[in-house]
Amino acid sequence: MPEGPAPALVAEQFDDIIQQRDAASFGMWIFLATEILFFGGLFASYALYRSLYPAAFAAGSHLLKVAYGASYTVMLICSSLTMAMAVRSAQLGRRKPLIGFLVLTLLLGAAFVIIKLRWEWYGDYLEHLVPGVSFAPQGEALEVIRRFGAPLSHVALFMIFYFVMTGIHALHMVVGVGLLTFLIIMAYRGRFVSGDFNTVEMVGLYWHFVDIVWIFLFPLLYLIGGRY
Amino acid sequence: MPDHSLTGHVVPSRVYILTFVALIVLTVLTTGVAYIDLGYFNTVVALVIAVSKATCVVLFFMGLKYHKGLTRIVIIAALLWLSFLIVLTLADMHSRDWAPLPQPWQKAALSEPHR
Repeated sequence: MPEGPAPALVAEQFDDIIQQRDAASFGMWIFLATEILFFGGLFASYALYRSLYPAAFAAGSHLLKVAYGASYTVMLICSSLTMAMAVRSAQLGRRKPLIGFLVLTLLLGAAFVIIKLRWEWYGDYLEHLVPGVSFAPQGEALEVIRRFGAPLSHVALFMIFYFVMTGIHALHMVVGVGLLTFLIIMAYRGRFVSGDFNTVEMVGLYWHFVDIVWIFLFPLLYLIGGRY
Repeated sequence: MPDHSLTGHVVPSRVYILTFVALIVLTVLTTGVAYIDLGYFNTVVALVIAVSKATCVVLFFMGLKYHKGLTRIVIIAALLWLSFLIVLTLADMHSRDWAPLPQPWQKAALSEPHR
C-alpha cells in the first residue's frame, strides 16, 4: 500500500473538526438546493404540459415498461442503503466494510446506467420512439396512442420529457459512479477511516439526492394514465 | 452526550435497514396502486407516496433527523422556491382564459394559438 504524508485532519481555516464537518455539510446542502431547482424547472414544465395534454401523457406513459422503472427504483433504494452503510463504516473506522459497501453501491449504480442505455433506450430506439432521431410509433404502440386519442406530436413531447428527465438523471448517476470510483481508490489507500470520513458523507448526500429524483420520476413517467 | 469529534453521529444499522424496508414497501404500494382505478386520486396518491419516500431518505439516509437548524433552513428555502416555480407557472398558464383579452390583442392571439 503506497504511503504518503497523511493530510491534516482539520484544515487550518477551521477551529475544530466539528466546525469543518458542519461547513462541508452546509455547502453540500446549498449545492443540493440548486440541484432541486435545476430539476424543478423540468418538473414544473412536466406539470404544465401534462395538465395541457393529459391524454398524450397517459398514452406516452403506456409506451414505457413498468418493469424497468420498478427495477431501477429497487436498485437505487438498495444502493442508497449500501451508501449509508459505507458512510457508517467510515465513521467507525472499518476499512474493509467501507470498501465493500462502496463497491456494492458502485455496481448497483453502474448496473442502473447500463440497463437503461443498453436495453431500455435501445429498445425505444428499435421501436421508433425517440423524437428527433426516429419517431414513428408502430403496431401496439400506435394502437395505444389511438386508444387514448392523443395527437402524435403531443406524445412525442411526452417522450422528450422522458428522455431529457431520465437522461439528466442518468448523467447524475454517471457522475456519482465516477465519485464512487475515486472514493474506492482513496479508501483502498487507507483514507476515510480515521475521522476523515467527510468526503464519503458528502458523496453519500449527493447519491441519496439522485435517488430522491428517481423516486419522483418513477411514478410521474412510468405509472400514469391508468394501468388497469 | 458522547464525544462525536472523531466518529460524528453514528446511526444504528437497524435505522438504515428499517428505512430500506419502508422504501421497498412504498415502492410496491405505488406500483400496485397504479393498477387500481382511483380516478383523479391516482396522481394524488402517487405524489403522497413519493413525498413520503423522499422524506424517509432525507431524514434517515441523509441524516437530517440528526442535523442542526442551518441544514433545515436550506431545505425549506429550496422547497419554497420550488413551490413558487411550479405554482406560479401553472397559475399563469391556467388563468389566461379567465379574463377577456383587450381588443387590440385579440387578433394577434387568434393568429397564434398557444395550445
